[in-house]
Amino acid sequence: MAEAMIVFENVTKRYQGGQPAVDALSMSIDKGAITVFVGPSGCGKTTSLRMINRMVEPSSGTITVAGRNVSQEPAARLRRSMGYVMQSSGLMPHRSVLDNIATVPRLNGVPKAAARKRAAELLDVVGLAPVLGKRYPSQLSGGQQQRVGVARALAADPPVLLMDEPFSAVDPVVRDELQQELLRLQRELAKTIVFVTHDIDEATVLGDKVAVFAVGGKLAQYAAPEEILRAPANDFVASFVGRDRGFRHLAFNAADAVRLHPVKMVQSAERTVADGGPGEWALVVDADGRPLGWSSPRDGTGLVPGGSLFHRGDTLRRALDAALSSPSGLGVAVDDDGRVAGVLKAAEVLALIEETRQNREERP
Amino acid sequence: MGWFLANSGHVFDLAGQHLVLAILPMVFGLLISIPLAQFARQNSTLRSVVVTATSLLYTIPSLALFIILPSILATRILDPLNVVVALTIYAVALLVRAALDAFDSVDDDLRQAAVAMGYKPAARFVQIDLPLSLPVLFAGLRVVSVSNISLVSVAALLGIGNLGMLFTSGLQRDFVTEVVVGIIAILVLAVVMDAVLVLLERLLTPWSRASTKPAGGASA
Repeated sequence: MAEAMIVFENVTKRYQGGQPAVDALSMSIDKGAITVFVGPSGCGKTTSLRMINRMVEPSSGTITVAGRNVSQEPAARLRRSMGYVMQSSGLMPHRSVLDNIATVPRLNGVPKAAARKRAAELLDVVGLAPVLGKRYPSQLSGGQQQRVGVARALAADPPVLLMDEPFSAVDPVVRDELQQELLRLQRELAKTIVFVTHDIDEATVLGDKVAVFAVGGKLAQYAAPEEILRAPANDFVASFVGRDRGFRHLAFNAADAVRLHPVKMVQSAERTVADGGPGEWALVVDADGRPLGWSSPRDGTGLVPGGSLFHRGDTLRRALDAALSSPSGLGVAVDDDGRVAGVLKAAEVLALIEETRQNREERP
Repeated sequence: MGWFLANSGHVFDLAGQHLVLAILPMVFGLLISIPLAQFARQNSTLRSVVVTATSLLYTIPSLALFIILPSILATRILDPLNVVVALTIYAVALLVRAALDAFDSVDDDLRQAAVAMGYKPAARFVQIDLPLSLPVLFAGLRVVSVSNISLVSVAALLGIGNLGMLFTSGLQRDFVTEVVVGIIAILVLAVVMDAVLVLLERLLTPWSRASTKPAGGASA
């Protein structure tokens, strides 16, 4: 049983006598873990988050952080002890990136030079080049701005990070990168992170635990993501988790046992007699053996773009997607250097899925 | 031209007085308008009352104000203080609305971010709201600058030293050259003041001209 860091006790928030935005919420958030609040709009997930640092005051009930009742703490000091990342990066446009990151240490009275030095280190921690430190936020891409937002939240090394839909305004590719980056950071920093999103996929990727909120501010289910996908507590959770939950659930099973087959590789999409001529799909690779795309059995179609790549250690979901998204039906597996390691077949991935399921039934 | 060269010292002298009478009310106007606008932002009723009341101030004829003020302020009619007070009233009339627009122009997400990071209200206002509202505030200041420089000349009718005296004396002596020099001098003054304000704004808001093109240097 993990140690509790943030505890909600019977917390209700009502706006001007209307329906409760958050209704008698009681939950305990684990220390050093990522807890995701997920739900449709109007479910009270953001309100709940904002009550932790008193951006919103509860109508009744108490919230404690590390055993201390937040309503007893001076609001400004409480907020400085928690990193906050919001949807729009919330970076100050009139301050350089470094000065933005240094904000909370400066508020805490750290001298400018020391705060900037720390900010420069954090720039590196979130994977941004040092040259960006002198730029203004408007000179950064959306993804870079969100990274700066995370760096700013980490600047005073707070034990708690509150993240309010931080990645929902960036494109899917960048979002995927930012999610992986957050997981990497969390492995090093082990902060208590409360993360709000409306995206169940994001919730299951990031969350050690996921709290599903229903409209009206009621907690519908609070469990590990794997359990929420496998055993939704009620119809609301089942419908919110959605139609693809069976497929998504595959993301919790490693595909280490999947078989890799050799594949015919060519250096150019233009087939010659020396290549054996047309007749089967061949993988086009560069001089180092990294996949570029496919050469079709039909002549003259040129390079056909490949599907998603399967890396060692990936999940069954990735394995199945690699096979299904490939034009040849063969999922391309690559090694750590990005070189082709072999191909996998959808039918074999499905067989492995079935095997995994049976194993689970035998050892519940 | 000959008259101007012969009297340039006099003209520059008047221009200097003119400038002081125009700039002081801008400064005082700002010092009054910024807190007033911030106060008016509390709720919409207060806001419309303040905006309407201050806008009405601008409809008071300037000559009337120059004549009434001495009896209110217990000053002599020739006291330049009357002009400074009168023009401060006009500056407030224009600047309260400009300051309200300026504070409105600050993205509310940024205020929320500042609060979430642990800014206290006063520090947030000075370090976040105020600098971010400068571009809109300066647009208002430029209007006040032109308005003040033009209004100061009216005070010449009362005999208070400024470039407007070139009009009164030129008219009395039926000497058109002096009037033309006065007009040109006031125009030049207005243009110079505007340029100074633009320059000042550029110095204070280097961030607003930063290229919005995302820069390279790292992924994502």
